[in-house]
Amino acid sequence: MQTPTLKRTFLEGSMAIAEAVKLARPVVISAYPITPQTHIVEDLAKMVADGELNARYIPVESEFSAASAIYGASLTGVRAYTASSSQGLLLMTEVLYNAAGTRLPIVLTGANRTLSAPISILPDHQDTISLRDPGIVQLYCENAQEAHDTHIQAFRIAEDADVLLPTMVCVDGWMLTHTFEPVALCDQEMVDRYLPPYKPVHYANPEKPMTWGFYVDDDLLMEFRYEVHLAMRRALGVVEKAADEFAALFGRHHGGLIQTYRTEDAEVIILAMGSVVGTIKDAVDGLRSEGHKVGVVKVRCYRPFPAQAIYEAVWHAKVLAVLDKNISMGQEGALATDIKAAFYHRQPRPAVVGFVAGLAGREVSLASVERVYRRAQAVADGEEPPLDCLFLDLNQGYLDLKQATKGGEA
Amino acid sequence: MSAVSTTQFDLLAPGHRACPGCGTAIVTRLVLMGAGRNVIVVTATGCLETFTSPYEESAWNVPWIHPLFENAPSVASGVRAALEMTGRGDTKVIIFGGDGSTFDIGLGALSGFFERGHDALYVCYDNEAYMNTGVQRSSATPEGADTTTSPVGSCQLGKQRPKKNLPAIAIAHDLPYVATASIAYPRDLINKVKKALSIPGAKYLQVDAPCCIGWGFDPSQTVEVARLAVETGLFPVYEWEPGQPFKARKLRQRRPVEDYLKVQRRFRHLFDRPEGKEELARIQALADANAAKFGLDQA
Repeated sequence: MQTPTLKRTFLEGSMAIAEAVKLARPVVISAYPITPQTHIVEDLAKMVADGELNARYIPVESEFSAASAIYGASLTGVRAYTASSSQGLLLMTEVLYNAAGTRLPIVLTGANRTLSAPISILPDHQDTISLRDPGIVQLYCENAQEAHDTHIQAFRIAEDADVLLPTMVCVDGWMLTHTFEPVALCDQEMVDRYLPPYKPVHYANPEKPMTWGFYVDDDLLMEFRYEVHLAMRRALGVVEKAADEFAALFGRHHGGLIQTYRTEDAEVIILAMGSVVGTIKDAVDGLRSEGHKVGVVKVRCYRPFPAQAIYEAVWHAKVLAVLDKNISMGQEGALATDIKAAFYHRQPRPAVVGFVAGLAGREVSLASVERVYRRAQAVADGEEPPLDCLFLDLNQGYLDLKQATKGGEA
Repeated sequence: MSAVSTTQFDLLAPGHRACPGCGTAIVTRLVLMGAGRNVIVVTATGCLETFTSPYEESAWNVPWIHPLFENAPSVASGVRAALEMTGRGDTKVIIFGGDGSTFDIGLGALSGFFERGHDALYVCYDNEAYMNTGVQRSSATPEGADTTTSPVGSCQLGKQRPKKNLPAIAIAHDLPYVATASIAYPRDLINKVKKALSIPGAKYLQVDAPCCIGWGFDPSQTVEVARLAVETGLFPVYEWEPGQPFKARKLRQRRPVEDYLKVQRRFRHLFDRPEGKEELARIQALADANAAKFGLDQA
């Protein structure tokens, strides 16, 4: 491992991401504005306008077309990038499924924001979780430095011959996109060593005509799905390798598939994704200082799902408290479901308590994390685990008032 | 035209799965004849995609991309940008869309492509309904036509709204070239493709593509039906370039619209039902308006 660079720049998370995308030398960028993604693509548009980044920036009339334009660019053999949030990601969904099925190594940023209705521009993971199924590698970031570094890794992962799938870097809107942090920016020469120019396996070329987007029936559709699934499973190793090789060059490692923090002897382990992990680490430090055996697992790679890595990190705990910034309505948070499934065939099997938290940016404070821990510890001490997920820090006063006034009926 | 087979030069190979008498297949062959080999084709979901692309049996002898129903022009923008950034700017880009993707679901993407002015030719093969899914009405379906979602019933005589004027929408984007063409005049169609591809920027070409299944005529009559659409003034064949008047194909003797309508099952009710007379009069008025607007009648 080389000595990590100590020079840090104080800049907005969006700029840290835009700088990383620039360092990756994309040839085509296309985007449509949506808060809180905007600063990223504004920064990139300016870099192109100033000649700092030799790329084509295609301004489009919708997120649907943004994803479509980079689909076309990628198929024509170049590195391509987009970013969106919330409704924009939903609008891209059809294209993203298509890009995964066409095995296009596009990279996109999901600047997390909740979904309508009610409309809100504040962050949670409901948007990107809705995109967990197409065959898109999904990485969630804790801070601006990780966001910067992960974007560079994302191109490596997407373009790996064993993967060739879209890769999405998820960053909490506002908390990461609009907050200023000290960030060590990567050096272009080293990025060029880490990420060589994109060499497509095949691309649209009149000298060698090929057909993409063909029709198949029941005889082969399943085989195509199976191949995408296998590529996603192979991505588990590629994500680890991308993080390790990045660390070897740049001296920073934010976790590969997961990152553990004070989990070795923990009885309660809290699992979460994204920026909230930073708060949880602080809360864990506080609880540890009071003698509580508690740790954290940051799930960095959510798709493909790193079941084995998570199992190896947490099997010894009594209770796993899973904090989801999303919910599958009528079920529970997505991470909680996946963790329960991961343990079904494994022993020992800790209890799992699922919390839905931080929707639309509802603050998850140190005290909130402490409440999560207390509830989980009660289960560790013998209390029955709740069968339904728990909504953390609900405004009970509002719900009671609504009940008392019959929802405002006259 | 020469009787020598052009099969070996066809960029759309024979043996595809189009219905016999498919107007769209003829449109595609002719467009590719005008385009040549140095082209990348993007095709929206629809009949053309379905009948040319069964896996391992692709009929395309040029690079061909089928993305989705409503995003072909946006994909083409990405293709064009990538070509220009990699020194392959001389490669042409053609987009094919049926009327469903062009007039309806993909109109937003089409407008975005027009506005950005990416160098590509958009070809709409207009068969005037959703034929791939079984003849449902689109906004390109002409007034009075019987489709499965604008059916003829005791309270309704087919489609109640006139056809959307998409070339006018294209012209409103100040494109460098907008034209319509017909498979009844193949040389004109090929020349328009060549001309369009010689002009930089976003171009729009709408080609009438009769569908024997959806319109209800004998598969041997496809070209004849296309010719009648032109000769009645219902499908004016013209070119438009900025600052110039429409250049339309003149008609020596414009025929009454009945000549075109009566050979198609989708308009049969207009002749069977007494109320059909009013509708026929409205359709004749549309043809007359076309004749006046585009100067179709030869002096």
